[in-house]
Amino acid sequence: MEIGMKVLVCVKQVPDTNEVKIDPVKGTLIREGVPSILNPDDANALEAALALKDKDPSIHISVITMGPPQASVMLRECLSMGADAAYLLSDRAFGGADTCATSTTLAAGIKKIGDVDIIFAGRQAIDGDTAQVGPQTAQRLDIPVITYVQDVQVNGDAVTVQRQLEDGYEVIEVKTPCLLTAVKELNEPRYMSIYNIVDAYKKDITVWTHKDVGLSPEECGLSASPTQVWRSFTPPTKGKGEMLKGTVKEMAAEVVAKLKEKHAI
Amino acid sequence: MVFTQQHELIRKLARDFAQKELTPDILDQVEETGVFPQEILKKMGKAGFFGIKIPKELGGTGADTRAYVIVMEEIARVSAVASLYVSSPNSLSGGPLQLSGTPEQLEKYLRPVVTGEKILAFALTEPGAGSDAAGMTTTAVEDGDYYVLNGRKTFITMAPFSDLAIVYAKTDMTKGAKGITAFIVDMKLEGVSCGKPEHKMGLIGCGTSDIILENVRVHKSDILGEINQGFINAMKTLDTGRIGVAAQSVGVAQAALDETIKYAKERKQFGKRIADFQAISFMIAEMATKLEAAKQLLYDAAYKKDMNENTTMAASMAKWFASETCNEICAKAVQIHGGYGYMKEYKVERLYRDCRVFTIYEGTSQVQQMVIAGQLLRK
Repeated sequence: MEIGMKVLVCVKQVPDTNEVKIDPVKGTLIREGVPSILNPDDANALEAALALKDKDPSIHISVITMGPPQASVMLRECLSMGADAAYLLSDRAFGGADTCATSTTLAAGIKKIGDVDIIFAGRQAIDGDTAQVGPQTAQRLDIPVITYVQDVQVNGDAVTVQRQLEDGYEVIEVKTPCLLTAVKELNEPRYMSIYNIVDAYKKDITVWTHKDVGLSPEECGLSASPTQVWRSFTPPTKGKGEMLKGTVKEMAAEVVAKLKEKHAI
Repeated sequence: MVFTQQHELIRKLARDFAQKELTPDILDQVEETGVFPQEILKKMGKAGFFGIKIPKELGGTGADTRAYVIVMEEIARVSAVASLYVSSPNSLSGGPLQLSGTPEQLEKYLRPVVTGEKILAFALTEPGAGSDAAGMTTTAVEDGDYYVLNGRKTFITMAPFSDLAIVYAKTDMTKGAKGITAFIVDMKLEGVSCGKPEHKMGLIGCGTSDIILENVRVHKSDILGEINQGFINAMKTLDTGRIGVAAQSVGVAQAALDETIKYAKERKQFGKRIADFQAISFMIAEMATKLEAAKQLLYDAAYKKDMNENTTMAASMAKWFASETCNEICAKAVQIHGGYGYMKEYKVERLYRDCRVFTIYEGTSQVQQMVIAGQLLRK
């Protein structure tokens, strides 16, 4: 079958933050024993691509990630959901990257893949919550970006999307190539299937280092990261609130008394 | 490790599926109505659960026994009855076809079972022939291009809504086990009927009934395997079936342990968590240890099957130990839950009922001991 539109999905392996705790003394994340998962918004991004392929089977879907070799499990998971090919940007030189260096690296990988029509990314990753990598990657590729996408329609080289707003949505039309970042309202990610899991392990994952994507070590990782995490900490939990009882008048009087006591008024 | 990364992904799929689809509301509804939702069966088919060990050429996924065991375990952990729907096409009903079917039979009968379009039942047991399967009295008499079947099969899982059944019948009354032949019977054939669905203690949501055969004419093209070779087919099928029951047992036992640990940490008596009483904590330690032992027997049997080793003994050991252990663990789980464990609002009540049949079907614990002893003490 002739390959139609080329769709790429940027994904990230993240610690399941539902299970992450912060070391109260060191202030760092305790990652030991925490399962790694496909970032939830990225699963929505992949589902959006797969939904397009359901309608038009000639669409070819690739997934790309930057990460350590262990991230290949997550790429297999993407293949098991229905992606056709997977790319892993993995190199010690990529280590310690902030969003700026990450998007440089991703953009270099995407350029090497070449001729991508639509790039999907998740809105943000649950470990960093920055929501920067998608837009920055689009900027490096010099293509339009639409964030917070909750609906996608493709018609030839025109893509019509609904962009989520706080109190509604806007409809935007954009020409390919473009980058869209997905929110969880976009869809419900499908299950893997055992059929695809069996096939996923027959496919090769393409692994690229900085040399493969034409970057110098200075352009990647820690050395190309202007932001660095100074300290992470858990904010002290607030004390238990106090429930006032009585009539409205009594409670109002008590509130005023307490606020005065604390010199707030 | 007996599991690969691929197996772990399959476990993740099965676990996600069970948690998202088999919600407490759905399971309560299944208990009340006795009907399992069609939509969930469709989704199971799409995920590949009905053809785990069946080759791709026949519409299956081409995975292995370990993958099958993992799916069974994770589904049974949430719903034992749901795991019956997974086991049937993969083992008891798909198994006989896979073992002895001609290419035409596989295409015609196995493929639709794997995709979930059709349901196939396995009909071996009779009212007077349970553990002594070779003592069956259903007969098949040759008549031109046909065999004419007469008899009654009992406790047949899914019979009330199955499209097809593998029926074992005597083609030579003088020969016992060596006079049995397997037939593929269309449930719509004249003379085939089902008894009333049985009222079971557990595994509610999957009908079980008799299949009655009155002068049923089965064409010779629907003979499965060779004449008088049916008993071997049935016994080999049961080898795999037993691994499946062991997996169900491990899944249900895991659920009972999970529920018990949660409850023991929450429930307070005499001013402290009941988990802090040694009597309770030691019971939980024992449950967990025995469950682990059952898992190892199960995974070992599955691994041996994947390595094409003879698994007759390993499968029987896993089935016997895991099913008995599951019953023990579920009984302790109810005990630790106290009065609440006796109430339907608590999950362990269902687990306790569901697991009771595990030491009975597909060969009782005593039959497993016969099989194991037979392998060890063969002359």
